[in-house]
Amino acid sequence: MGSWIDYTVNGFVIGNIYALLAVGLALIFGVANLINFAHGSVYTIGAYVGWAAITYLHTPLPVTMAIVALASGALGALIERVALRPLQNRARIAPLLATIGLSFVLDQLVQLIASPDPRALPSDLPDWRFAIGGGSIGAMDLLIAAVGLVSAGLLYSFLRFTKLGYAVRATAQDRDAAKQMGVNVDAVNSAVFAIASALGGLSGLLVGMYYNHIDPSMSFQATLKGVVAQVIGGVGDVPGAIVGSLLLGLTESYGIALFGSTYRNLFAFVLLIGFLLLAPNGLFGGRQKIEAEPLTGSFIAPSRALKIPALWIVAAIFVAAVLPWLHSSPYLLQILTNAWLAGLLALSLTLVAGTTGQMSFGHAGLLAIGGYASALLALDWNVPPLISVPLAGLFTSALGTALVSPAFRLRGHYTAIATLAIGEIVALVILNWESLTRGAMGVAGIPPLSAFNFEATSARSVYWITLAVLVALAGLQARLVNSHFGRTFRALREDEVAARAHGIEVTRYKSVAFAGFGAGVSGAISAHLFSYLNNQTFDAQLSLLAVTMAILGGMGNIPGAILGAVALVGLPEAFRFAAEYRILIYGVVLLLLIRFRPQGLLGTV
Amino acid sequence: MALLEIRGLSRSFGGVTAVDRLDLDVGQGELVSLIGPNGAGKTTTFNLISGLDRADSGSAHFAGRAIEALKPEQIAALGVARTFQHGRVFANLSVLDNVLIGAHTRLVAARPRWPGLGPLAELALALIRPPSVRREAARLEMEAKAILARFGDRLLPRLDQPAYSLSYANRRRIEIARALALRPKLLLLDEPTAGMNPSETAEMQGLIAELKAEGLTILLIEHKLDMVMQLSDRVYVLDDGRLIAAGRPAEVRADPAVIEAYLGHSAIGEAEKEAAE
Repeated sequence: MGSWIDYTVNGFVIGNIYALLAVGLALIFGVANLINFAHGSVYTIGAYVGWAAITYLHTPLPVTMAIVALASGALGALIERVALRPLQNRARIAPLLATIGLSFVLDQLVQLIASPDPRALPSDLPDWRFAIGGGSIGAMDLLIAAVGLVSAGLLYSFLRFTKLGYAVRATAQDRDAAKQMGVNVDAVNSAVFAIASALGGLSGLLVGMYYNHIDPSMSFQATLKGVVAQVIGGVGDVPGAIVGSLLLGLTESYGIALFGSTYRNLFAFVLLIGFLLLAPNGLFGGRQKIEAEPLTGSFIAPSRALKIPALWIVAAIFVAAVLPWLHSSPYLLQILTNAWLAGLLALSLTLVAGTTGQMSFGHAGLLAIGGYASALLALDWNVPPLISVPLAGLFTSALGTALVSPAFRLRGHYTAIATLAIGEIVALVILNWESLTRGAMGVAGIPPLSAFNFEATSARSVYWITLAVLVALAGLQARLVNSHFGRTFRALREDEVAARAHGIEVTRYKSVAFAGFGAGVSGAISAHLFSYLNNQTFDAQLSLLAVTMAILGGMGNIPGAILGAVALVGLPEAFRFAAEYRILIYGVVLLLLIRFRPQGLLGTV
Repeated sequence: MALLEIRGLSRSFGGVTAVDRLDLDVGQGELVSLIGPNGAGKTTTFNLISGLDRADSGSAHFAGRAIEALKPEQIAALGVARTFQHGRVFANLSVLDNVLIGAHTRLVAARPRWPGLGPLAELALALIRPPSVRREAARLEMEAKAILARFGDRLLPRLDQPAYSLSYANRRRIEIARALALRPKLLLLDEPTAGMNPSETAEMQGLIAELKAEGLTILLIEHKLDMVMQLSDRVYVLDDGRLIAAGRPAEVRADPAVIEAYLGHSAIGEAEKEAAE
């Protein structure tokens, strides 16, 4: 009984922390129509600013909190001004992608400055707890509750009684109308980002003090939790975000009590998928109406792809094929092998996100499925890799499509969030389904690629195999896109409503686009090359990297996807000095592309 | 029995009843117009017929089949094509591809209708591309070009240009071409001449008259009343979601309720005078 009170208190405390994040996300979504994926980074930076203030300046708690709020708020305003304001009139997904790029950059900067190691964040709160029922409440719990309540009260008064608050609400309801009535929407945006980020930074500080632990990788999960809370309460709904956060906190806390802490995030994502499917407008939202008539909604800049002469492509394949004879450095071959494998992933992604216009942030999940399928087939059923790899590809297509299929009726941001969650769920199921996947221990001793009596262990043979698979699958994809599938996919991307009105069965074509055979094969081959896999081998960062590759090459562009993979996977490796900055490079590349060349290097198709 | 039969169709959004117990028939080969002031519920009616929106109550039958609960793609497959009020061309698709999308429901060789395995077979056929599939693709492409040729030199020279690069009027034409490529049994046209100048409007009116003469059944939403009166066999007038008049163009034109809805109460006398002349 007593422990249940503890779990409830804990749930409320965590919920409060999520609420500080989610309220900010809701405010930002309201005025900027954007899910801010950099919000978790601001939260992390808030925690580090607090740590620095306490460690170096020995500030008392109220001063620390003020410093954190000011610094995070300033950072938020800066993000809005520098990265997002120039994108105002772009496709709605553009600023979202920019915030992903920003989060890469900010997280990596924190890591470079403060080192990737976790740190303790001590709080100078008194160490007392008073008993209540059979449980207890400590000073930290009360502090978090107080910050939550005070922030909610201040925010409410701000929105309700101040002129700027009125402007914020007006902008959230109708940006253009607000503008016409003389509201300075840029100032509103700036203020909202500052307020939201101040709350986010405080949230990070409180979490750090609560667990007495901060590290640079905490931001991604924080963003996700904030987004989940948002979806529960209805995206853009401020009171909804608070309710959603408390609900999420309690669910997690009770869930951990019942099933153990490795399941923690699983609850969040299952809740997320459940809400997206059953009540996409959240607890307080109504029935969905059909969308206004857009000209185009996806991240496809009106552009024409560069026509690459067939001869060039043949020449490029030829050069790649004879390269091992010209330059036999195993290091170079290994880098390029990785690039070919990434190319397979990028091809899958560019078909979904580019050609079909369904932004997927969970493609690493397909790699994981393919990798585990082939590894387990080879280890537990003695299937030779020659068969297990294609089987894994097919299995990935079937399971991947089945997993994503509930999200087919979602659009835009919601598809992106759902696929992100599905990718996370795949990783968490792998972590928790120990009897099949060996859990956190991972799968070791995966046999190398082989065919009959030939074992592909040399860098050369592996290089040729992956190159051959890449060329073959790229060719098939080109042929597919060149058939009626291509125009059908693109019609779905441009305007799903109009496509349906002309008889296009959405589920059927999205199933084919999401099938991800290539990604499954890529994961499978990787498994045999690495000989070891665990739940973190294919992480969410890889999914986002795949998105960056596809955008770099030009969305939907097949040679572009491969070029993007070579550029982003190959080049940082090739210039060794850049390797430790690679995430930073990815982030900067993504930001620059979205701002200056949204059609990518070779143009969207 | 009429080709399209609507009985008691209602749809409200929040507290506003957009379509209120609508009864409407369109007979085979007829050109029927749906007119009324802005917000009368005309486009909502189109959305309900084409399955993009669900009615709260009432029924809709097409060629004897209940369609009010079908999905838009199923209704399209039955032979109902529509255009959109503000234009919904596929901006980054070429003019030709836009029209070919219209022919999607007519892909037979390329889209085997095997239960369960259909998508896999379709995928395999697209990759292998046997002669039957290639022939079908070539035939539909010819047909698409023939449809585009109906618009004279407006679209044909721009076959491979992306739709976004065309003028507004041309994008509206693409939409109609796309709908025609479905070989519809019933064509729903939502303000086909919106944003067109008088000569373009006349051209469009000529085309619609041609389609009618070929026997195509058309339900037309249009604000340009001269055009409505000249083209229509029958006219339905909606106001605030309710049917306020229906009948032959001349009858509707003289109907006081219609005149009031369009011009306000004071105009009735004058219009009657005009009608008497």
